Amino acid sequence: MTDAILPPPKKDPQKRTRTQTLPSGLRSRAALGLTAAAAEGRFMLQVCGECGALQYPPRDACSTCLSTELPWRDIDPAGKLIAETTVRTSTNTYFRERTPWRVGTVRLDAGPSVMCHVHGDAPRGGRVRIINRLDKSGQGVLYALPPEGTPNMEDDPQLREITADPKFRRVLITDARSENAVALAEAFAKAGASIIFIGEPEGWRPYPHRAALDAIPNVQIVPLDVTDTASVAELAGEIGGKTDILVNNARFVRPGGIMDRGDTVFARDEMEVNYLGLIRLAQSFGPAMRGRGADGDNSAAAWVNILSVYAYSNMPAFGAFSASSAAAYSLSQCLRAEMRPGGVRVMNVYTGPTDDAWHQPLPPPKVAPAALARSIVSSLKDGLEDVFVGDVAKDLIERWRAGAKVLEREMSETDGGGA
Amino acid sequence: MTIQATDPSALLGNLAEALATGAIEVVDLTHTLDQDFPVIVLPPEFGQCARFRMEEVSAYDHRGPAWKWHNFTCSEHTGTHFDAPSHWISGRDVPNGSVDEIPAERFIGPVCVIDCSDGAAADEDFELTPEIIEAWEAEHGRIPAESWVLMRTDWSKRRGAAYLNMREDGAHSPGPTPAAIRLLVDERGIRGFGTETVGTDAGQGSHYTPPYPAHFYLHGAGRYGLQCLNNLDRLPPTGAMLIATPLKIKNGTGSPLRVVALVPGRT
Repeated sequence: MTDAILPPPKKDPQKRTRTQTLPSGLRSRAALGLTAAAAEGRFMLQVCGECGALQYPPRDACSTCLSTELPWRDIDPAGKLIAETTVRTSTNTYFRERTPWRVGTVRLDAGPSVMCHVHGDAPRGGRVRIINRLDKSGQGVLYALPPEGTPNMEDDPQLREITADPKFRRVLITDARSENAVALAEAFAKAGASIIFIGEPEGWRPYPHRAALDAIPNVQIVPLDVTDTASVAELAGEIGGKTDILVNNARFVRPGGIMDRGDTVFARDEMEVNYLGLIRLAQSFGPAMRGRGADGDNSAAAWVNILSVYAYSNMPAFGAFSASSAAAYSLSQCLRAEMRPGGVRVMNVYTGPTDDAWHQPLPPPKVAPAALARSIVSSLKDGLEDVFVGDVAKDLIERWRAGAKVLEREMSETDGGGA
Repeated sequence: MTIQATDPSALLGNLAEALATGAIEVVDLTHTLDQDFPVIVLPPEFGQCARFRMEEVSAYDHRGPAWKWHNFTCSEHTGTHFDAPSHWISGRDVPNGSVDEIPAERFIGPVCVIDCSDGAAADEDFELTPEIIEAWEAEHGRIPAESWVLMRTDWSKRRGAAYLNMREDGAHSPGPTPAAIRLLVDERGIRGFGTETVGTDAGQGSHYTPPYPAHFYLHGAGRYGLQCLNNLDRLPPTGAMLIATPLKIKNGTGSPLRVVALVPGRT
């Protein structure tokens, strides 16, 4: 079993905050396939399209037949830990600061033997399962875990380097007025977040679930409006240095494309909230979070964007909203690049229609607030970077990967539910 | 003070002197344009009144070394603001109905202040009625034609959620009845009507016939509105001069503005 982490002590104001150092981020282009799979938490390897040989490590030509047709496939993660050791020192600064560090070799049931990081509870010589996750430099790495869960296994120090577990962390949810605010706050409270700040725009008008939010343990309602630069800067000035996980749930949605609106008023609101709101938050909270990626057990860990999956392919019935989501999606890639030196993960959670007032006339399936919240918390614990919630989002990304142009034509006939 | 001169230049000279000595005081009737100041809230499927927002362009830094300035955005109807006749459907065909077309002399005029603050303190849906107007006239004289009439409620002292006072059945704030507005517009011939609340109509004004009677009758008759006024408790019932000059926005239906009043000094 793993020793449970304890509530982190209050920060020593005389100590310099530790700078994030990074494990080596160099990879061949072929090896980035492992990184792409790790973003979604999938264990994939190349399988030769001609002779069927499983490849490890990733390469440009088949190790058996020299074919260059090497598509990535999901691989059975089961195997046996055939060798393991504990590194006590290292010339690499990142690992040197984190020793002891357990590494080993796992023979996969699927064939190859792989080098991997090893969880403290993985039994020497025993059965393990492999996970593929992003490390602090944002590259895919393999970890061997015990085949079943063990007590406190999520608290293993090596595992916490690749996850963004909310336990003992301080979370900022940016929009209290959103219909998913209560579900999100409840999910983070249940996951052990020590403080849940919830940004409240326009305190001068009521909203139905304020009392419910206020009743959740560890919730603190704070003024925040992502459309107001001054309000974002002020809150960041107050709590930016203790925001470990930021969940941007602020979103402006209205049905309609281009010609059925006839003006740019809602389109501007969509950009103000969905795109410029993200810029404002990132300019104010980003630097402090990026500077605290290695700040102990409650270090800054993750930035969560809730995005419409129609960022990938426009849904004309919500056409202008889709466009603002595409802008936010593109910006999230920039934010990822800028946050990476600090080891802070930018996790995008893509949803199809959500179960709220603006999607009310749409037929099911829709993503319920509780399902969205569950997915966000479990994906943070799991250390993911790209998450597709619900059947609509999962289906859409599959079709996008199969052929973006084909999907575009299909989307042009998608029913917006009369909205 | 006794006005001795009838010659216009001498009158202005006397005014300048009175302003300098404090014999005439200037009262600011304007709220600060502030990101958190409430605006009117409509059902969300309608377009909304833009909140006041400000973005720093430079502040004596690499973006502009010697100067600081901001870009700001808002609606024509954000903060303390002026409503032109073209704001309402009843006033859409009124000549000179937009802020840029209104003759400048209409922006300065005498003002009557009807104190409804006790009533509004007791009843958040307090109504200004013809009876209240007539009782005021019995004390202060008939409301002159071409004067502004302001409804004082001390609502401007409210903060946060108490200002719109929004509940599930809508906002609750004081305002005039249809009959009161008709009296002021049709029989007294006022130039405009102003309030301390977010609109010239009551919070529940959509439930009158016609809905929003102040907007409907004032603007239909080419008269003006002022709302989100401040400091009305510093105005005398009569004898003050109101200065309300909206921005000259082409085809503008209203404008945020600085509203001031000239009042007799306390000395």
